Amino acid sequence: MVKYSAGSLFANALHGHKKWPKQWPDAAPKTSYDVIIVGAGGHGLGAAYYLAKKYGITNVAVIEKGWLGGGNTGRNTTIIRSNYLYDESARIYDHAVDLWDGLSQELNYNVMFSKRGVLMLAHSVHDVQSFQRHIHANRLNGVDNQWLSPEEAKAFCPPLDISPGARYPVMGAALQRRAGTARHDTVAWGYARAAAALGVDIIQNCAVTGIKRGTDGAVRGVETERGFIGANKIGVSAAGNSSVLMQMAGLRFPLESYPLQALVSEPVKPVMPCVVMSNSVHAYISQSDKGELVIGAGTDQYISYSQRGALHILEHTLASICEIFPIFKRMRMLRSWGGVVDVTPDRSPILGKTPVPGLYVNCGWGTGGFKATPGAGNLLAYTIARDEPHPINAPYTLERFKGGRLIDEAAAAAVAH
Amino acid sequence: MLLIKCPYCEEERPEIEFSYAGEAHIVRPTDPSKMDDTAWAEYLFIRDNTRGVHYERWYHIHGCARFFNAVRDTISDKFIMTYKMGLPRPADVEIAKVKE
Ligand SMILES: Cc1cc2nc3c(=O)[nH]c(=O)nc-3n(C[C@H](O)[C@H](O)[C@H](O)COP(=O)(O)OP(=O)(O)OC[C@H]3O[C@@H](n4cnc5c(N)ncnc54)[C@H](O)[C@@H]3O)c2cc1C
Ligand SMILES: [Zn+2]
Repeated sequence: MVKYSAGSLFANALHGHKKWPKQWPDAAPKTSYDVIIVGAGGHGLGAAYYLAKKYGITNVAVIEKGWLGGGNTGRNTTIIRSNYLYDESARIYDHAVDLWDGLSQELNYNVMFSKRGVLMLAHSVHDVQSFQRHIHANRLNGVDNQWLSPEEAKAFCPPLDISPGARYPVMGAALQRRAGTARHDTVAWGYARAAAALGVDIIQNCAVTGIKRGTDGAVRGVETERGFIGANKIGVSAAGNSSVLMQMAGLRFPLESYPLQALVSEPVKPVMPCVVMSNSVHAYISQSDKGELVIGAGTDQYISYSQRGALHILEHTLASICEIFPIFKRMRMLRSWGGVVDVTPDRSPILGKTPVPGLYVNCGWGTGGFKATPGAGNLLAYTIARDEPHPINAPYTLERFKGGRLIDEAAAAAVAH
Repeated sequence: MLLIKCPYCEEERPEIEFSYAGEAHIVRPTDPSKMDDTAWAEYLFIRDNTRGVHYERWYHIHGCARFFNAVRDTISDKFIMTYKMGLPRPADVEIAKVKE
């Protein structure tokens, strides 16, 4: 693997940048591996990287039905924050933010993690009360979050309309300064390149079609479009398709898969200094380094695997954006797309062992798992390597739905992303 | 936006008139206190989440305000059929016939 540096950039400039080597090889499947990861999103690639790097397991394959990073990793609006309500959430999301720090250096790949701050707008008395409760809970957990008056919010984010006559009046905002964005694709590419350099095979265009189990019930490997591949440990990290994969092992999961859409505008000069989210009107916005406004909507109402959503959802979101930021009213939108998000009843993920020996799962991140990418990857790797969960993901079991010990961010936070 | 045929109004109407009401044919247990945790969790939380032919409830809230059931393909989002509440789950052969 070529180390990327100012020196290698200069040396390659001498050849007109035509001689850069491939970032990772396109691997063909071997007959068996120690560990198979299903799904080459950021989470799956991250798990493979940490298995090889931290836990010394390098005979690993990541098997992907499409192209790596082509799922929700490449479709999300890249908001990274950790201001969730509960103790379990504080630990898991802050663990991820800790890993985002320094990730570019660790992977020798610029993931463009930018702590530009995430501002969550309060439009009603209820919002004000619940955000302030959040801020206090966060601070007790050592998670950065602070309350801003409307004027302070406007100073932090000048395009914001805080006039009293606004359709969605801004009554204040919660600001997490440590939060921000990263470049989605580079996270997948950076992990893929670093994992491949440690010996991990990344196998694309190879859908997993079955999970084979022995007479003892334990996993033996996966059936794929390119034949059977053996492994005694399988980690499934397939986001919207997790139910389908779990059914292959005879398991039924508390998941529903919904379309979630986003869109970008034509690129313009820097105008949005931070991320702004408004949960009550289902809109969130930031500006990419390319200059496009990146805008996210809420989910569609029905389950779907189509990776498309309805137009009225986008209209609703854009109407809110135009009210909150009148300055953007005449911007033209360039592209829109959808992903399939796997939602649990309590809006918290399931990350750990399953009732099937040798089968591990990382799913249920729903509308908000990009921020968790390095953390989920590391915790899945840990759980697979040790055959037991890390204390941080120990509460995120499938069994919590039986015991009733939910981590109910849905009711607590009304969080979108 | 989907076009949905309400079996009561007998008319195709735009999706914004309807709200989705989850998986169909999940029967509410008559005596929850007699159930164990596994069965109760199954009833509350576990869903088919089918990739393909899915049975689901819809609510014509901005129309006749009645619930009905539907069969829909979750890969194409296409409705295969809708039917009145209380009718049995259509058999695979019936669905195959409509799909043709
Ligand atoms: C529009 C949108 C906006 C979002 N915004 C945010 C945000 O701002 N902040 C945030 O934190 N999160 C956000 N999310 C959620 C976030 O994108 C996901 O939670 C996260 O990316 C999931 O990562 P992953 O690696 O598990 O999934 P993915 O990147 O989806 O990876 C799963 C992979 O599994 C593969 N796969 C599926 N089935 C099979 C099979 N049978 N065989 C082999 N491979 C298979 C898929 O092709 C896919 O590549 C958003 C999501 C969407 C759709
Ligand atoms: Zn009707």
